[in-house]
Amino acid sequence: MSDLNLYLYVGAFLFVCGVICMATKRNGIGVLMGVELVLNGANVNFVAFSRYSELKLDGQVFAVFVIVLAAAEAAVALAIALNFYNNHLTIDVDRGNKLKG
Amino acid sequence: MSGDSLSKWLMIAWLLPLLGFVVEIFFGYYSRNPRRSKAAAWFAVGCIGTGFICSVIAFTQWCSMTGAFDGESGWLAARVHAHDADDNDADDNDADDNDADDNDAEHHDGHSGHDDGEAKGHDSDDSSPSDAAGAAEAPAEEEAASDEAAVLREGGHLLAVAEDEGDDHSHGHDGPKGEFSGVIYTLGTFGGITLSMDYYIDSLTLVMFMMVTLIATCIHLFAMGYMSDELTDDYVDHFAHTADGKHVHRPGRFYRFFAFLSLFCFAMLGLVLAGNIFQVFVFWELVGICSFLLIGFYTERKTASNAANKAFIMNRVGDFGFLIGLMVLLTYFGTFRFGDTKVDGEVVEQGLFSMVTRDATGNFVRDDITGEVLLTDTHGHALTEGGENRTIPYMLLVVAGLGVFAGCVGKSAQFPLQTWLPDAMEGPTPVSALVHSATMVAAGVYLTGRFFPMFVQEVLLTIAYIGCITLFMAATIAVVVTDIKKVLAYSTISQLGYMMLGLGVFGWGAGLFHLVTHAFFKSLMFLCSGSVIHGCHHEQEMPKMGGLLKKMPITAITMLVGVCAIAGFPLFLGLHFSGFHSKDAIVASALAFVNANPTHFLLFFLPLLTAGITAFYMFRLWFYTFWGKPRDQHLHDHAHESPWIMTVPLLILAPFAWLCAFGGEQGYLYVLITGNDPSHLHDGVQAVTTGGLTLPGHEAVHAVHSQAGWLAMIAAFSGALLAYLLYGVGIVDLDRMKAQLSKVHGFLLNKWHFDELYDSLFMKPAHKVAAFCAWFDKAVFDNIVHGFAKVGIVIAQWDRVFDEKVVDGFVNLLGDSTKSIGNSLKVVQTGRLRQYVMFIVLGVVTLFAFVFTTFPS
Repeated sequence: MSDLNLYLYVGAFLFVCGVICMATKRNGIGVLMGVELVLNGANVNFVAFSRYSELKLDGQVFAVFVIVLAAAEAAVALAIALNFYNNHLTIDVDRGNKLKG
Repeated sequence: MSGDSLSKWLMIAWLLPLLGFVVEIFFGYYSRNPRRSKAAAWFAVGCIGTGFICSVIAFTQWCSMTGAFDGESGWLAARVHAHDADDNDADDNDADDNDADDNDAEHHDGHSGHDDGEAKGHDSDDSSPSDAAGAAEAPAEEEAASDEAAVLREGGHLLAVAEDEGDDHSHGHDGPKGEFSGVIYTLGTFGGITLSMDYYIDSLTLVMFMMVTLIATCIHLFAMGYMSDELTDDYVDHFAHTADGKHVHRPGRFYRFFAFLSLFCFAMLGLVLAGNIFQVFVFWELVGICSFLLIGFYTERKTASNAANKAFIMNRVGDFGFLIGLMVLLTYFGTFRFGDTKVDGEVVEQGLFSMVTRDATGNFVRDDITGEVLLTDTHGHALTEGGENRTIPYMLLVVAGLGVFAGCVGKSAQFPLQTWLPDAMEGPTPVSALVHSATMVAAGVYLTGRFFPMFVQEVLLTIAYIGCITLFMAATIAVVVTDIKKVLAYSTISQLGYMMLGLGVFGWGAGLFHLVTHAFFKSLMFLCSGSVIHGCHHEQEMPKMGGLLKKMPITAITMLVGVCAIAGFPLFLGLHFSGFHSKDAIVASALAFVNANPTHFLLFFLPLLTAGITAFYMFRLWFYTFWGKPRDQHLHDHAHESPWIMTVPLLILAPFAWLCAFGGEQGYLYVLITGNDPSHLHDGVQAVTTGGLTLPGHEAVHAVHSQAGWLAMIAAFSGALLAYLLYGVGIVDLDRMKAQLSKVHGFLLNKWHFDELYDSLFMKPAHKVAAFCAWFDKAVFDNIVHGFAKVGIVIAQWDRVFDEKVVDGFVNLLGDSTKSIGNSLKVVQTGRLRQYVMFIVLGVVTLFAFVFTTFPS
């Protein structure tokens, strides 16, 4: 049990780091890196919990999917970032407040 | 079926005019070429002419079927000769010398009287239908059993049925049964009621067929000439004016005239052939509409269209009664058919005629207790239904009879519906000839004759009196009328009155005899008048004519034949004019009736007087028109004899008008018509009926025949003599006489003020009622409607306010509040990404905190 807790702590730590990164970084790339941290924090949890499932594999499959998803997301997000840069000559996300209500 | 080929020939004769009609209408419609229009008219003439030939063929077939002319032993020949023998023995006033050799033959046979005919009928062709044989079946017993009524017990009621009625209800008193009935086409079955096209053929049907088709052929031919001025693209109607006072110009309507004429013949023949009363009604209406179309042929003339309307509406009055009669009949008898429906000689469904039975006294067989008329089967036994005798209340039988007769009153222009007929003179003259002789007005008399078995005594007495009033009234009016066609119109009404009278006094044969003879001489006279009108360039007023004898000799002579015929003049060698025989027969029937019932003396007195008046006004017409000096030199100079196509029909019709009744009541025509005489009272029977009337038997009629004949002859001669003195010689100044008798003259000239009477009795009240209705509409209904409209407006205004304030307000409120909420929430949407992440984090933390505090482990 204590093994699992350790994993969970690591996952939680990664998650919190990611969230803090997302919340504090003004650089768009930094925000994306925070997102990666959040996703990987979740992955750690998946892999850790998979031990207790019947096949001991499903959590890992989930993790693989999340990695794929993260890759795709990164590709799209980087494209957005590039375009954002083209338009604003910066990637400071605070400048992108066009969606203000 | 025995009547099959017979009915086929008659159906061909019936349908040919319809074909003519169709061809005419389409031809005329698609071609405006006058010459081709004439070809189509010739086709119509051909149709009706072929119809006549078919009728004659049907007649010969009928004769061979019933064995009418099987040499000396044929029933028809036998009866004619038997009567001759009778006559010569009794040394009657008729001298039919021509048949002398036949008489000898009869004497050798040693027969006497009427059962001779029956015995002969028995010998008739055995291969012929069972009907013929069936009728002659009971000749021997019949005589014996005829007078004694057998008393039967049936259904718990005592009823008296004359035995001799048993076998056959409607055969003549000594003629074989020659009636054939059957179904042409079944339209549909509704419960117990079957509507079908039937045929009912007896000697009357055949005589009518031949008469109608022959006369119609002549009239068609005549019309080819008379209507020839319609063969143009630009017909000028000199009697019709447009609004600016000019004559009406229109395309000629030659084809249309012939189309309607053909349709008219088709309708009339259908009516005669019809085997059920409903079918009669259908064709009855068809005849009505044809007369409407033809009377209003010159539709641009106001008078013509009015006359057409009048004829149509007057007929509707009568037809209303007809419909009531039909309903009564259907309710109680459950069938419209005249004759029995037979399959292989077996009666499967009874017709109207065999469901009521007259006993030897001329009364209908009635229930002893309730007094209702019993419905009987073909043997005279009461029909039962659920153990009860089927009966019809006597009063309802009276209503049915009067109802059907009301239709006949309208169609045959009897009092009180006679006023349409003189106005109908607005139609072209050939139409008048057709309407007045063979078709329209004949239909009423024909139906009265056809439906005779169903008329109870009260109805017959009504018929007699209606006829009596009509014949006198119309004759008096005819005396003063100066329009040549109107004189003939009134004489038609008068003669129709004679026929009705004849039927009403139980002289069935006499009435229908006169119908046929009248058809011939009246069509002849109308065509003659048409010829005169044509020759005088559409002048109809007799005071402008005169002295036309030399100008148009053929017309004048043929007209004289007609005049002598209607006046009823006898001639040497038995070559009497036809009217002499038929009018004598009626007057004799009336005399016998009055002898038996002295209270009804008017029924003899008026016809006798009218016989004189008839001769007077008819000779007045002839002298006025053809005799003396021309009163209008211009007219006289331009008058000319009509072309051959108009004179030939006159020459064809004249011999018929003269000699069609040859032999009188012993002649072929009369014997043929009475072959199916339903009014068979046995000789010597003085039947007492319910109304306290005594019906004369044939013998009683025969006994007074010569007396009546002499009286009628004297009346006719004195009338003619008076006419000659007044109009031929001119012994009295007519204008002075007119002035002296101005009151009477005016009264007659105004047609007994019937038009005024109806005007004040029906028209004026109708106008008053209409005016009141209009006022009521405006004052009351309009206000109510307007009130409703105003209330509607007020409600609508309130509704508008409600909509605007309440409904709209609510919807707006929703919209406004949504907008304001959105506005207030807008501030949260900052557009800063990191802030959003913070919100998410805070949210998640809050959620976790909430979940963990609410559900600890």
